[in-house]
Amino acid sequence: MAKITIDGKEFDVDPKLTVIQAAAENGIEIPHFCWHPKLSVSGNCRMCLVEIEKMPKLAIACSTQVSDGMVVRTDSDRVVKARNAVMEFLLINHPLDCPICDEAGECKLQDYAYKYSIGESRFTEDKVHKPKRVELGPRVMLDDERCIMCSRCIRFADEVAHQPALTFTERGTHVVLTTFPGQQFDSPYSMNVIDLCPVGALTSRDFRFKSRVWEMSSTDSVCIGCARGCNTQVWVRNNEILRLTPKQNDEVNGPWMCDHGRLDSFRHVNSDARLNGPLLRKDNAFVEVGWDEALSRIVSELRTYRKNEIAAIGSPYATNEDNYIFAKFMRDVVGAKHFALAEHVKPGDQDELLIRADKTPNAAGAQLMGFATHALAPMLEGIKNGAIKALYVLEDNIAADPAVADILAELDLLIVHSCVRNETTELAHVVLSSATFAEKNGTYTNFLGRVQRIRPAVTTVDSERTLDGFSMSRWDKFAAHNDRWGKGPRRDARSSWRIIAAVSGVMGTKMKYAASDEIFKELAEKIPAFRGLSYLKLGSTGATTSAGAPAAVPTPAHS
Amino acid sequence: MGTHGKMIRTRDLNFLQRIYIPEILKGMSMTIAQLFKPKFTVQYPDERFAPEKSFRGRPVLVEENGVERCVACGLCSRVCPALAIEVQASETELEKERYPIKFEINMVRCIFCGFCEEVCPEEAIIMSDEYLLAFTSQEEAVFGKDRLLKSAEEMKGRLEWLRNHR
Ligand code: SF4
Ligand code: SF4
Ligand code: SF4
Ligand code: SF4
Repeated sequence: MAKITIDGKEFDVDPKLTVIQAAAENGIEIPHFCWHPKLSVSGNCRMCLVEIEKMPKLAIACSTQVSDGMVVRTDSDRVVKARNAVMEFLLINHPLDCPICDEAGECKLQDYAYKYSIGESRFTEDKVHKPKRVELGPRVMLDDERCIMCSRCIRFADEVAHQPALTFTERGTHVVLTTFPGQQFDSPYSMNVIDLCPVGALTSRDFRFKSRVWEMSSTDSVCIGCARGCNTQVWVRNNEILRLTPKQNDEVNGPWMCDHGRLDSFRHVNSDARLNGPLLRKDNAFVEVGWDEALSRIVSELRTYRKNEIAAIGSPYATNEDNYIFAKFMRDVVGAKHFALAEHVKPGDQDELLIRADKTPNAAGAQLMGFATHALAPMLEGIKNGAIKALYVLEDNIAADPAVADILAELDLLIVHSCVRNETTELAHVVLSSATFAEKNGTYTNFLGRVQRIRPAVTTVDSERTLDGFSMSRWDKFAAHNDRWGKGPRRDARSSWRIIAAVSGVMGTKMKYAASDEIFKELAEKIPAFRGLSYLKLGSTGATTSAGAPAAVPTPAHS
Repeated sequence: MGTHGKMIRTRDLNFLQRIYIPEILKGMSMTIAQLFKPKFTVQYPDERFAPEKSFRGRPVLVEENGVERCVACGLCSRVCPALAIEVQASETELEKERYPIKFEINMVRCIFCGFCEEVCPEEAIIMSDEYLLAFTSQEEAVFGKDRLLKSAEEMKGRLEWLRNHR
């Protein structure tokens, strides 16, 4: 251990650390642009200059290793002056773009200009002009004038995405960031450079100009794009998801997420195909009905079958809580004999960084609740030969596979939970509109057995932003009933466990849960792998089941 | 009691004061003098008052060469203490890159404070001299771009005043 003093306070730190790391570990932020904890040190922005005793010149904290007895000052007059000078240089050619720049409000340059710059420029000449609206790749847009040449994006492309497509050309103030000739930056992780870029030089072509960041609320959640379960923040305005950004969790995704997860995993929440309340098939057409009618229809229909004629398919998209209640209901209340789970594996679509071939967020959890993937083929066989006549499917579009669709057409009764209209709901006799990941509380278990919380960010007909403790934007807080903003579509959709508990109630077996944490408490007692876990224990980064990575979870090798 | 102001009691008044007539005459002479001075009263609504350029009537959006100056930065919306403004940005081929595809001000919410005018980096939203704002429904009070846009030519007076007084 090395003893160092930062701004008069003594700390014992690992001698392998740099000054900026040692300070960060002890809660002191040394301002910086180019340094990033997950990238190599480049030391080109000069913002992290600090004064170190016995060193004649100011030193950059990002590349100076600590040593025993080192005395560092981050707030001396010399440091403050040097920082202001760095800011002044950076701002010489930086355009006055804040009003049109998407980064405004979460921009390091803007923040530091308030904190570390006296706010006066002595530069009266013309600023250098560079290309704007440059398409770096299919998902990332570059504005070269805004670039402060920190090289974070270049290092990310090299070191993390392993697609070294970016580079600087020219010299001095004329430096431009560009892709190598004939290349584009289209790595499956390309959009992480948008978060990395300390300024608004790199923006998302999808989110561009959609909203100012201060107009949205953000809610901690988990990506449902694959079995990794990257931690995310869901950004909502007018009850509509506008973007996802990664949230750092070093046990799961570090600070990154993939472009597919970022762009495609929330579209269905806002989609026109959303269901809005239960549907019943009457004379071969769907009619919208109330919940009571749909539930009593399910109960009266289910009662007409023998127990071994009834089957249940759990869902790798539904939460642990939903699957637990579903299994409990089908087993203990209905007495069904067949339980299975469908796989959604894209062989080969997997890499060393994040992306998993299993494209569902909770296959591991659903299996721990008693739904086995190997039971699916025999179940479909049973439907085909008429042994199984009724099937209850939880949140899974299994009929997307035409072969499965043909088999499901044989059923006398098909009950489906779904948030959108799809191939499976088209075949169903009863469709129950279920809430999406962004509209409910619950947990997912990722492929490593890590259990992580999701939280509601979008309101349904049943939920209320203020009363149910959602995170709120300023508009959400102050919108009056007659304001047009602060609203947006709300659907009549419910968490699957709530729907099932209600069906159970109609069947005469009451399931009394006020909220999903009560279910989690119960399943933590009943399912050995979850023993000892609670929402409190999961906290903001999750916790691992005692089962760890369940062996049965499909994890085909990288090919 | 207080040290300021002497209490005058009826029994302390002298004779002239007690009969009131001189005081009444004093008042009447003031009134009559006013009759011959210029009038300020306006016979509203038959006559209309023309405000000074410093007047803060309802906000308008400045249009120049057929497009709004606004770049949809949302600062006016953020600063508006009454939350009257809603802006939705979008991309344009023009050099400014960004423009408001939707811009709405709820005139029932607006309190004519002029903060939006003060914060706007583009001098795109300014206060006009319009004060005739009466509505028969909530919806009617929400002004879209169609009713907000005014040409820079038409708003010249206010723009000049702003330049000289900021
Ligand atoms: S584009 Fe952004 S991340 Fe890349 S070098 Fe420029 S400022 Fe840094
Ligand atoms: S790696 Fe998987 S969990 Fe992570 S962002 Fe991509 S799809 Fe989502
Ligand atoms: S004048 Fe004041 S209240 Fe009216 S729109 Fe502007 S900022 Fe809002
Ligand atoms: S502050 Fe000015 S430029 Fe920005 S949105 Fe309002 S009117 Fe438009």
